[in-house]
Amino acid sequence: MASRPEQPARFAVGDHVAVVERPGERRHVRTPRYVQGAVGVVTGVHGPHLDPERLAYGLDGHPPVWLYAVQIPLAQLFPDGACRPGDVLAIDLYEHWLRPADEVGTTRTERVPD
Amino acid sequence: MSAKTPDAERRVHAMRELLVERGVVDDDVDRQIGADASRSWQQGARLVSRAWVDPAYRQRLLTDAKAAARELDVDADAIKEFVVLENTEEVHHLVVCTLCSCYPRAVLGDPPAWYKSEAYRSRAVREPAAVLAEFGWEPPEQMRIVVVDSSADRRFMVLPRRPRGSEGMSEADLRGLVTRNSLIGVGEPRPVADA
Repeated sequence: MASRPEQPARFAVGDHVAVVERPGERRHVRTPRYVQGAVGVVTGVHGPHLDPERLAYGLDGHPPVWLYAVQIPLAQLFPDGACRPGDVLAIDLYEHWLRPADEVGTTRTERVPD
Repeated sequence: MSAKTPDAERRVHAMRELLVERGVVDDDVDRQIGADASRSWQQGARLVSRAWVDPAYRQRLLTDAKAAARELDVDADAIKEFVVLENTEEVHHLVVCTLCSCYPRAVLGDPPAWYKSEAYRSRAVREPAAVLAEFGWEPPEQMRIVVVDSSADRRFMVLPRRPRGSEGMSEADLRGLVTRNSLIGVGEPRPVADA
């Protein structure tokens, strides 16, 4: 939890979001590679947090960033059939890693959950 | 330190000295490590058994886990945000940290070695049902698995389903049914017959 961010939350519960892809990223980030590019649904808005990706480099974590719980079907992340159809991933992601799903021409959008 | 000390150990020693010298950490780190080491998942078992016998407590544990822990003298303050996830007949939560080894240590103590293993961290998200089966429990077909990847500021503990046939049991006896694995979601509590 941190002081108020300058911007209100961009996403609300129920919004479909796409996770930003940064394949060449070499710095410490808190969004694992396996969810980058995936499309999920916001299930929780957890308020502004100090940015851990700035804190990791000794900065003060400002400006604070909104944190969201996002659910993504496992079958979308790993289409090789190892998981069961209804199983999902729940993961916390920071706002700068999310885009509205309909703004992003990702190849995975056809598997957006309801 | 001697010439025979392995390189890695010498590096750790040098790093530690530097961190203290430059004021990045102080002796408090030792105290904190000691405090963490004294903590055990038995604290989590106490929260669970209370929640099983007291519906109002269960609700408080699910809405404000830190405050609910404090009621039982479990200090979760070292965790930024402590969240308890309830397993039901419909939904089974399984906790993993794919990036590293995030774990609610203040409540559950150190994570088991397998929790930090690459095998668990990669397979828990890819094939959770298979991982659960290897831990000795197969989730029923209609039960949805929610794999919770602790990649951020929040730390998770699972509130497992209360075992069938445990209706008449005391809170203390119920505590004996809780296992560490059930608090991570890689298994069920002990069945009543085993208690």
